[in-house]
Amino acid sequence: MSQVLQRTSPTGTRATRVIGATSILVMAWVVISGLLLTPQDVVQGESVRIMYVHVPSAWIAYLAFIFTAVASASWLISKKHSMGFDRFAGASAEVGVMFMAITLVTGSLWGRLTWGEFWQWDPRLTTTAFLFVTYIGYLAVRRLEGSIEQRARRSAVVAMLAVLEIPLVHFSVVLWRSLHQGATVLNPNGDVKMDDLMLFTLFSGVVGFTLVFIWLVLHRQRTMLLVDVANNQGLDAAIVARRAERSAN
Amino acid sequence: MKNISGIKVAKGKVVSAVLLKDLRIELRSRVVTNQVLPFAGLVMVMFAFALDNDDVLERVAGGLIWLATLFSLFMIVQRSFAIDTADGALDSLRVAGIDLSAVFFGKAIALALKLIALEIVLICGAVLLYRVELSANGLVLLVTCVLCATSGLAFVGTLYGGLTAGAKGRETLLPLLLLPVVAPVLIAATRATEAAFGSGGAQTSEGWAWVGLLTVFAAVFGVGGSLAFGPLIDE
Amino acid sequence: MKDAGFIFGSYIVTLGAILLFAVSTLRRAKKSSHLVTDKDKTWL
Repeated sequence: MSQVLQRTSPTGTRATRVIGATSILVMAWVVISGLLLTPQDVVQGESVRIMYVHVPSAWIAYLAFIFTAVASASWLISKKHSMGFDRFAGASAEVGVMFMAITLVTGSLWGRLTWGEFWQWDPRLTTTAFLFVTYIGYLAVRRLEGSIEQRARRSAVVAMLAVLEIPLVHFSVVLWRSLHQGATVLNPNGDVKMDDLMLFTLFSGVVGFTLVFIWLVLHRQRTMLLVDVANNQGLDAAIVARRAERSAN
Repeated sequence: MKNISGIKVAKGKVVSAVLLKDLRIELRSRVVTNQVLPFAGLVMVMFAFALDNDDVLERVAGGLIWLATLFSLFMIVQRSFAIDTADGALDSLRVAGIDLSAVFFGKAIALALKLIALEIVLICGAVLLYRVELSANGLVLLVTCVLCATSGLAFVGTLYGGLTAGAKGRETLLPLLLLPVVAPVLIAATRATEAAFGSGGAQTSEGWAWVGLLTVFAAVFGVGGSLAFGPLIDE
Repeated sequence: MKDAGFIFGSYIVTLGAILLFAVSTLRRAKKSSHLVTDKDKTWL
């Protein structure tokens, strides 16, 4: 049994299978409850249903970037420079970028329904967009050619610089918007009166997305290890072949 | 700081050596004056074509100056590091055991000087082409803003230039990495410049808060850059 | 439901992206897995 599973999913373990199955169940509940069971909101109407996927993905996106920053810092600080930290940082950033894209898309769909506009130059939105672009750059740095150690060092430093950059971006946008008071539009943010089922659905969303995040990061970082080792072996094999060639001559 | 042969090299000496080297290269090759400057001027003219309205141009002049500066920043940084990596100069400095934060500051100051020369021309261009007016108070604000914004840009530019130096595809990667980081500089410098020009009825006094932000930015990336530059170009 | 397109759209985008990411990760793992000995697979 485990042999068969090992062949279909080499990065899976019993733990990831349990997490995967649980997250599918929770996500199914979120979809059913979010779309069918929960009532519409007094202010937002039906569009509040988008919140059940939007809020958890935003939460996961930010969580992922915090994990990336912490893992990068750990890599830099630790004496051993364990590659596990680097792979975790990379996997977390990849998953984070995906959830950030989901957040931006679902958020603009919600904004179109609630504000009548896809986008507003609100500090929170703008900072989120910049975080998204910054981590796309981070992933591009990870794909630069070079050894695994070079990748780890470069990307860890870039992640640390992102930690410096994001508060500055946020603060400058806050200052910028506060001077443009005329532009503030009707903003029914957060003033939602939620009943118990709505809150429970939102809570399940957060739980479900967190489980999905854990599953994805575990698989992604193991996959990264497989690819790294495979690439290394490709190199080793080439060296061995070249040496054999030379000794044959 | 000692190098391999055990000779003590003062940090200030390294800074000035790197700075003078970069400026000498510029004096001999004239890339900034013959290529980047005409490019930036051209960008200003193209903006005028695109916006095609004197009032609008006067209103947005501050933003256009800083956008043109950012575009030129990418070119100057790429050029500066392309020379260093092509001849393996960065590698030699590393092997020589020199304090890399001194190299960082030397290159950053050289970059800042080039940028300031460029910005003076761009501001004059805005006065001529976009008909902005500058009061004495505005001039003080503008000079402070240019100094603070430029040091921030120079630190960030040098840092990310070092990161992408020698990597394939750096021409496209550098703007992707740099633009999000310099967004606060673009916002703050533009607002301060608008205040100095009095665009859209802005008061000069409104600009100083933005200069504060620019100073914080320059300080953060000055410190961050001097710490991170070494590990970034180190193998 | 009012605005059903937007609401279903956002759910489809969310779940679709997650699914796509999961499938592509598993496929990439499968592609490299046979090159790697079980000793290197630290999670086994």
